[in-house]
Amino acid sequence: MSETVAKINIACIVNGARQRVQAYPMARLLDILREEMHLTGTKEGCGEGECGACAVLLNGAIVNSCLVPAIEADGSEIRTIEGVASGDQLSAVQSAFLECGGAQCGICTPGMVIAAMALLARHPHPGDAEIREGLAGNLCRCTGYQKIFASVVRACKTSGEKLAGTR
Amino acid sequence: MRAYIPAYDLRVPGSLSEALALIGREPGVWQPFAGGTDLMVLLEAGKLPHKKFLSLTKLADFRGIECTADAVLLGALTTYTEIQAHPILQAEFPLLCTAARETGSIATQNRGTLGGNVVNASPAADSPPALLVYDADVELVSERGLRWLPYHGFHTGYKKMQIAPNELLRAIRLPRRAQQWKQYYRKVGTRKAQAISKVCFAGAARMENGTVRDIRVALGSVAPIVLRAVKTEAAIRGNRITPDNIAAAKGVLAREIAPIDDIRSTARYRLRVAQNLLQEFLMLLSR
Repeated sequence: MSETVAKINIACIVNGARQRVQAYPMARLLDILREEMHLTGTKEGCGEGECGACAVLLNGAIVNSCLVPAIEADGSEIRTIEGVASGDQLSAVQSAFLECGGAQCGICTPGMVIAAMALLARHPHPGDAEIREGLAGNLCRCTGYQKIFASVVRACKTSGEKLAGTR
Repeated sequence: MRAYIPAYDLRVPGSLSEALALIGREPGVWQPFAGGTDLMVLLEAGKLPHKKFLSLTKLADFRGIECTADAVLLGALTTYTEIQAHPILQAEFPLLCTAARETGSIATQNRGTLGGNVVNASPAADSPPALLVYDADVELVSERGLRWLPYHGFHTGYKKMQIAPNELLRAIRLPRRAQQWKQYYRKVGTRKAQAISKVCFAGAARMENGTVRDIRVALGSVAPIVLRAVKTEAAIRGNRITPDNIAAAKGVLAREIAPIDDIRSTARYRLRVAQNLLQEFLMLLSR
């Protein structure tokens, strides 16, 4: 049996709400969000930073939460897919995904929406190459990407949403 | 099999002196942890035998990009995203910016660090060829003080490097060159996004009336370390770019690199591509 380290206290702000949990220092942020905070919108795909299904915004920057140790979340501000809509009001990106058929099975969708938001925060009017680069870290095995691409194009046109604080 | 997470310790010292005291007291016990984009992948795969890590995240001395008249100093925790956004790096060190843009996804670029890329010591890393071409130095810090080493020679074998267990890599320095150098970078992978290199090539040269006055050539994924091809450089330096000279340089390069067959490519393909990239670089110099 391996030696076991003590859990640590982690305090952070997730989707605007204060959260306090105890976790092992090397626990993945992904597991803390899903299992401790019950925010199961963030998905696990590959678990090795390739697929982007677990993408969240950490202090405004897109990261793969499977590659972030718990201890790094202490003192941070996190936004997950659950924090994208305002109540029943979908964000421009979410609406565009619905309208353009950008979601099929849905596993990649939370990460895709987060990646699209991070892209639009950096480039409010992205060109084709910028859209492709912005989504390159997110894999989808259903759509063939065209409808996701179209969703982001539409979101650029309709985006009146608040993107402040993301990058 | 997944790792048993409770067995892993990750300390977060709040100051450099605290960090150095810990690794000074127990050298080799605490391994540095920067952006985690490699270590967390190994952890999840159950391939991280080491159990005690030292997070550098709160060490302000390891962050930021400073520019003087002679050099640019990059803190070891400088991320790929920060590299790409820096105007002086864009203007004077474009190969490093290209390497940063072609490493992983944006999510990885937001976390992955230059110092981590160096100390992780993968022969397939994409920024080291650029660092070699730019004559980078690395700064190592321990309780005894600072020392600077040329980056060329820092890696001594597969995953072996000139850093003691009580030292941390704090910064990377790039000298700013007065003259204009022609620069070339190309990474060849399986696909355009998020690939790990089959071959990665960086080159720079200073030309004078059609003659190569000085030159640097470095390659990734063709040897146990990221390699500066000094023999190939010597074969070109002082010469004009002619078909015969290009052929001769390609011959020297073939003897200087040691590519292997692995999951990403074959030795034969890597050799051919490395030679073709050298040719493309030399043709650029002749224009």
